Amino acid sequence: MTTAYDVERGDQVHPGNPVTVDRYTTGARINHWITATCLILLALSGLALFHPSLFFLTGLFGDGQNTRAIHPWIGVVLFFSFAGLFIRFWKANLWRREDGTWMARLHDVLTGNEEKLPEVGKYNAGQKVVFWSMSILIITLIVSGFVIWDQYFSEYSTIPQKRVAVLVHALAAVAIICVWIVHVYAAIWVRGTIGAMTRGKVTGGWAWRHHRKWLRELVGGKKA
Amino acid sequence: MTNSWTDIKNADVVWIMGGNAAEAHPCGFKWVTEAKAERGAKLMVVDPRFNRSAAMADHYAPIRAGSDIAFLSGVVNYLLSNDKIHKEYVRNYTNAAFVVQEGYGFDEGLFTGYNESKRTYDRSTWDYEFSADGFAVRDMTLEHPRCVYQLMKKHFERYTPELVERVSGTPKDKFLKVAEWVASTANGERAMTIMYALGWTQHSHGAQNIRTAAMIQLLCGNIGIPGGGVNALRGHSNVQGITDVGTLTAAIPGYLALPAESEPTLESHLGKRTFKPLLPNQTSYWQNYRKFYVSFLKSYFGAKATPENEFGYQWMPKLDTPYDALRMFDVMHQGKTTGLLCQGFNPLMSIAYSGKTVAALSKLKFLVSMDPIETDTARFWENHGEYNNVDTAKIQTEVFMLPVTTFAEEDGSFTNSSRCIQWKWQAADAYFEARKDIEILSDLFTRIRKLYEKDGGKGKDPLLAVDWSYKDPMHPSADELLKELNGKALVDLKDADGKVVRAAGQQLASFGEMRDDGSTDGSMWIYTGVYGPTGNLAQRRENTDPSGLGVFPTWGFAWPANRRIQYNRASADPQGKPWSDKKKYMYWDGQRWTGPDVPDYVPTIPPERATGPFIMNQEGVSRLWVRGLMADGPFPAHYESFESPLAANPIFPKIRGNPVARVFNNDMEIFGSAKDFPIVATTYRLVEHFHYWTKSVHANAVIQPEFFVEISEELAKEKGIKPGQLVRVWSNRGQVKGKAVVTKRMIPLKVDGKIVHQVGLPLNFGFIGETKKASPINSLTPPVGDANSQTPEFKSFLVNIEPVPGPVA
Amino acid sequence: MFQPIANPTTKPVAPKFGDKDLIRRSASNITPAAQRQPEVAKLIDVSKCIGCKACQVACLEWNNLVEEVGINVGVYDNPHDLTPNTWTLMRYSEYQNPESGNLEWLIRKDGCMHCEDPGCLKACPAPGAIVQYSNGIVDFVHDNCIGCGYCVKGCPFNIPRISKVDNKAYKCSLCVDRVAVGQGPACQKACPTQAIVFGTKDEMKKWADFRIKDLKSRGFKNAGLYDPPGVSGTHVMYVLQHADKPQIYANLANNPSISPVVEIWKGVTKYAGLAAMGAFVAIGFLHHIIAGPNRVSAEDEKNAEKLTEGKA
Repeated sequence: MTTAYDVERGDQVHPGNPVTVDRYTTGARINHWITATCLILLALSGLALFHPSLFFLTGLFGDGQNTRAIHPWIGVVLFFSFAGLFIRFWKANLWRREDGTWMARLHDVLTGNEEKLPEVGKYNAGQKVVFWSMSILIITLIVSGFVIWDQYFSEYSTIPQKRVAVLVHALAAVAIICVWIVHVYAAIWVRGTIGAMTRGKVTGGWAWRHHRKWLRELVGGKKA
Repeated sequence: MTNSWTDIKNADVVWIMGGNAAEAHPCGFKWVTEAKAERGAKLMVVDPRFNRSAAMADHYAPIRAGSDIAFLSGVVNYLLSNDKIHKEYVRNYTNAAFVVQEGYGFDEGLFTGYNESKRTYDRSTWDYEFSADGFAVRDMTLEHPRCVYQLMKKHFERYTPELVERVSGTPKDKFLKVAEWVASTANGERAMTIMYALGWTQHSHGAQNIRTAAMIQLLCGNIGIPGGGVNALRGHSNVQGITDVGTLTAAIPGYLALPAESEPTLESHLGKRTFKPLLPNQTSYWQNYRKFYVSFLKSYFGAKATPENEFGYQWMPKLDTPYDALRMFDVMHQGKTTGLLCQGFNPLMSIAYSGKTVAALSKLKFLVSMDPIETDTARFWENHGEYNNVDTAKIQTEVFMLPVTTFAEEDGSFTNSSRCIQWKWQAADAYFEARKDIEILSDLFTRIRKLYEKDGGKGKDPLLAVDWSYKDPMHPSADELLKELNGKALVDLKDADGKVVRAAGQQLASFGEMRDDGSTDGSMWIYTGVYGPTGNLAQRRENTDPSGLGVFPTWGFAWPANRRIQYNRASADPQGKPWSDKKKYMYWDGQRWTGPDVPDYVPTIPPERATGPFIMNQEGVSRLWVRGLMADGPFPAHYESFESPLAANPIFPKIRGNPVARVFNNDMEIFGSAKDFPIVATTYRLVEHFHYWTKSVHANAVIQPEFFVEISEELAKEKGIKPGQLVRVWSNRGQVKGKAVVTKRMIPLKVDGKIVHQVGLPLNFGFIGETKKASPINSLTPPVGDANSQTPEFKSFLVNIEPVPGPVA
Repeated sequence: MFQPIANPTTKPVAPKFGDKDLIRRSASNITPAAQRQPEVAKLIDVSKCIGCKACQVACLEWNNLVEEVGINVGVYDNPHDLTPNTWTLMRYSEYQNPESGNLEWLIRKDGCMHCEDPGCLKACPAPGAIVQYSNGIVDFVHDNCIGCGYCVKGCPFNIPRISKVDNKAYKCSLCVDRVAVGQGPACQKACPTQAIVFGTKDEMKKWADFRIKDLKSRGFKNAGLYDPPGVSGTHVMYVLQHADKPQIYANLANNPSISPVVEIWKGVTKYAGLAAMGAFVAIGFLHHIIAGPNRVSAEDEKNAEKLTEGKA
């Protein structure tokens, strides 16, 4: 039996017309949407305190005090939620030889010339970059976030450390929002993707087009 | 104070010793900073601790607690041996020229006349030589070998800078700088003020500490001039007033004497005190004693005081011995006291040797605490663990707590250190069921008098005789009481020509109007004038100072006679001219004495009459030699504290402590020795607190929350004490525990060849209040009283110290 | 003596300045008051301070603050640090002067310096939570405070403290309410030795010169005024005996300025961050317009079916 290195638990092909492929389990999807919701709330509440022109966003959370109070708690939820995603997805996001080739042909990716790209597994290099960026940035944010969570942890760091932390937190937050924009845009641009996270399924054609290696593995797995 | 707070700004040198003005008198200290900032005055501080005043000083010199007389005598010697004295002043305004009779001597630390078994002196040899006409003999050349000046030179010559260093531990150079700065004012051009407080008073030789300082000021000519004086900084807003009004153990209001058992008649009492001048042409103001005394008796007994019954003199108690606080508690400890009324008094905290105090209170049948706050004394029966470890079940004393109003909840007056009487108006209503002190006492008085009227009994007559004719006998007003202290004419007062100068019923304008025939009353002659015919002058609030010399003559009323600087005639030379333009104050303008203040003199006596400026003294001059007026010697001498780190007095090896300081029979054995208690301790208050009151005030507790012990880095190292660690300090009488404040501000001193460590113990903490609980600091202190004032020796005693194992805060 | 400020009348007095006199408002764009009121300043003369803490108590009482009763930890400083209720604090330092050999007990009253260029205000994200009046007073408006603690990070003097009770930032207001009616701050009123004086900044500088001259005459050759240029000067200034060594006064900042980290955070990061996020959105949008959606073709589906054929 070949090791399906980027096939995750629950991934399954359903032959038919059209072919459908189970991409995400219910658990994974719930986990994702919790994380997504947290991230959006964090972005909104964080941006409210990031730039005065966005302070009005505090209204979404009641007021400034609530916004300040709730933001770090959402961050904690996100951290654990994302940790769940990480455990689910990290293996399939390990960097493979073909990912380098894929990245090198980013131009073809962006212009939709997929036939020129190598076959990729469950995740392409772009998704992997998003995954690892998210992972690193979330760790950065949670650590720097604790340093500036004055309500409970103010005595554990010095003011100069807090200053660095608040800058790092801001930069990481900007970065993660940018990564998030890429992530969301990719999901919109590559039609048929969103269903993976809503219904858990993609069409066979989608899998063939974007993650052929993964599809072959799934099919091959069946073969075995 | 001889001068006033506001006068301190005129000083060129400010010397703080035996006190810590910045700590204990922060508001008055503003005049020190003012003198420094505006006049360029130099501030020097001599203290066992580098304290808050020292933080402001231009020069600080450390000293071993209890060795002040050696230090001060060193300064006296410096001035005399270097001839840095204000010669004209000394010659004319002190008794330096007076010749002392033959027979006086001083040997090995003892003056002539000592009776060892009674621990007293026969003072008869300590007097002047008198001529046939009854006047004292003087030698204005100051060369007579028995004149005070020559005796002084001889008496003080042993106090060399080297000896000062050996006895007081003050490095020679630091001592000499003090002496030089003192000497810089001995010229009539510059002035030095001395500010002291209980750091001098609370020793077995406290009164002599202060006297030595007075001698220095007289040698420099610094008494009676702006920016000069010996200034006692009083420790309460109104302790000057309470002393004036007669709470001294042997006094009635106005520093008149309480009758003694040896004075069975009014004449026998007055005869002893109607002092005759000792020099020609002197006034000796005490010749008026009779007028003041009779007026006092008239105030007390009203119409019942008549010439026929000696104005009620027989109703006055006759003192067998002075009942100061230490004696009161000694008597109580002997079980001879039935009840104690503590009015604004927390003796468990404030009397030396609190172990004895608790035992004494436990023997009372009842204790009444009249106080705005709950005092530790009122709760002495309650077990507070190690802080007040008593067996409640064994104490039968019944305690009554009578809440009284605070100062802001009643009208009345404060008399501050400047002797200035200032009225204050009620600002708030009484809290809960608190009543004014006057109301409680009036109520008590009225009820007791009624019982006497009904049942009679011992002591009935005085109580029935007292004049209590207030508008509302249950609520005499502060206004009525001040009026009564001032006094009034009881009949039309006429002058020699028969002209009415004061109509019957009118308030007296000055004590000069008092008469000895019962035609005036007034229970406190020194206050007369404060509530004269023009009204209550204590209410004046005009803060103008026309002379710019800090006189403020229309702010309140300074006793006596609204005089701001006492002895101010001495600010001018014998011819009546100012000593210098810089020190111009009171002077003779050809007609009368004039200047910004009220002359301390008969205003019309011309300089030619050579009447001395110190009109309260029989001599007319000030006393470098006090004759028999002090119990422990006509001159000061260095004695060790009763608990001293030295085995013997380094100067007079045969006499260790003050030979006439008072120790009660059973107390001799409770003194510790340097073998078991090698460390010198001194107690003091902190600026953050006021005595034992503010430990009950939240904000004060916040800024200084817990008892601590100040120790040097060296001692901390020696004993293994870490900063902030709990330490145990114990004496032969008790122990306290507090946090260690390890500081560079305490330094070990080399005394008589050995290193002496000192520790500082702030006194403001106790087991009742908002601050952290602490044992009474006076569980450590010894019950020895000063020979003259019977003030306990709180400022110098022996302890030991060790760290208490446990986590360091 | 510095001429004391006269007691107020008992009648209500209209405040001398208010919202119209703001020159800075946190997280807000405002038009600074056209005309500046005379700049005020509190001058703390360390050489005259006896460390009595009357200022601390006056501050508690005037501002209705209740601090906890703490413990002694081996020093005179109590409380041990500024807190949301302790806006001013005496800090005691024992300094052995190497030149004179003398011990000096340096007592510094710590509290908000009211910087001309306030780091707290720069850092504050809540509109109007920190304001600066044209007389220089920097005040916290607690209704607008969100308790984020950014002011703590912005302050070069470590002054603001966040309350655990209401999660708002607190510090000395320079008794803005008293100053508005012509009085000096409560601490100044309570100071017995005029170690604290209050007036216009110009008056204070002149008075400081007078004091420095006196100190120099007493051998403090480096006596000087602490009015640090790094924050464009302050409205609370010190007269120091050793102005060349502010750090010996319980770590008073030598040359304080707003931290460069804070400057980057509140400067370029704020704008670049928004720009970056905007750019990503814009690029996505443009890409979509240009490249169009990436759709799965019928052929892809067929290929998938082919691959899975017979696997049912």
